[in-house]
Amino acid sequence: MKSVLEVLKSIRPEFDFATSEDFVADGMLDSFDVITLISELDKCYGISIMGTDILPENVRSLAAITRLLHKYGVTP
Amino acid sequence: MNFSFSGKRLAGMLTVLPANERSFTDDMKEFDFPEEKSLKLKKVMGYDRHRIVTDGTCVSDLAVHGFRYLFDHGHVKPDELDALVVITQSPDYYMPATSNVIQGRLNLKHDMLCLDISQGCAGFVVGLMQAFMMLDQASIKRVALVNADVLSRKVSRKDKNSFPLIGDAACITIVERSDDRQPIHGNLKMDGTHHEVLIIPAGGFRMPSTPQTAIVEDVGDNNYRAKDNLTMNGTAVFNFVQVEVPPMIEALLQQAALTVEQVDYFMFHQPNKFMLHKLADRMRVSRDRLPSNIVENFGNASGATIPTNITFNLAEPLLNGSLKLCMAGFGVGLTWASLVMQVGKLAFCKIIEY
Repeated sequence: MKSVLEVLKSIRPEFDFATSEDFVADGMLDSFDVITLISELDKCYGISIMGTDILPENVRSLAAITRLLHKYGVTP
Repeated sequence: MNFSFSGKRLAGMLTVLPANERSFTDDMKEFDFPEEKSLKLKKVMGYDRHRIVTDGTCVSDLAVHGFRYLFDHGHVKPDELDALVVITQSPDYYMPATSNVIQGRLNLKHDMLCLDISQGCAGFVVGLMQAFMMLDQASIKRVALVNADVLSRKVSRKDKNSFPLIGDAACITIVERSDDRQPIHGNLKMDGTHHEVLIIPAGGFRMPSTPQTAIVEDVGDNNYRAKDNLTMNGTAVFNFVQVEVPPMIEALLQQAALTVEQVDYFMFHQPNKFMLHKLADRMRVSRDRLPSNIVENFGNASGATIPTNITFNLAEPLLNGSLKLCMAGFGVGLTWASLVMQVGKLAFCKIIEY
């Protein structure tokens, strides 16, 4: 199973997500990347993240994504 | 706002699609976007190919072609139509109404109500509600509902937010009275405070089209469009749909005293596959009962998308029997509306090309 960092890297290989506190503000994820990220997380962890949870604040950092996954019973 | 009707039915449905098909691979060449990323987008959003008009084709051209097909094949007689409701956001003219243009081009009778309604993605549901209300009048026995748009003409080809998903189409639905008194339930909500989320900023009286409004600008995120072009705030629309649609359907089914399992199919408007999969999962509806294949095959033709969804996916069962359908449209306005009713047996349910 891929780690969250590996999933992020597969979407935008040109960025180092480990060093950013805010992927959205730092311009590392645009709106289409967010959709791709959610789709990859769904597939990777066998969940379906609700549309209402697809918000910038839930994907802006590794900590935020980890919290989101916890909500769906996933410990990445 | 809740609605209920009875003694009305859909007699038949026809979709008219432009013969011109464009592929997402062609679209990608116009985008300022890495190819690999475009391909991911294609997979997740379900973009593949779409039908768009060429050579200045207008809504009335598609609709007249469809009506002539229906008349020529004996599906409906011109004199049997008492009202013509055209739902479009891309009318032939500011004035007169496109319904009058169609009436004139087809030489339909004068004893007829022609009405244009400016509605988009919820336009099929809104149009059916309007048709049902008209049928309560003694003089109106049969309504032709036309959902048609040629909005590709207003979308920038360098706008990857909107161009890959846009489609053009016209759908004609014949709505008439029925002895079957099965209830039809509907609901409708509107929120004009967010009218700018889906908008063509220039071209109306607020901001008339000028050479300046035709200038294509960098609007960020590798998208380029002019003020004359359709603008969609994709994130805002996505969030609006995910927040408002599931509770609307829940309320509708409660109003109709139906469970999710008692509905055969959920025929929703289709902006993209990802959005529909999220809605299906949230509503606990299996994805095969909420089809999401219209954008990938034809593009999103606004109010024509739900009837195209029906003619493409359910023609055979509806020509041979009936189904309980829950229909929902959501978009410009903002508007969100839904309807649950028994549909079929239809006299015709078909797609033709223009």
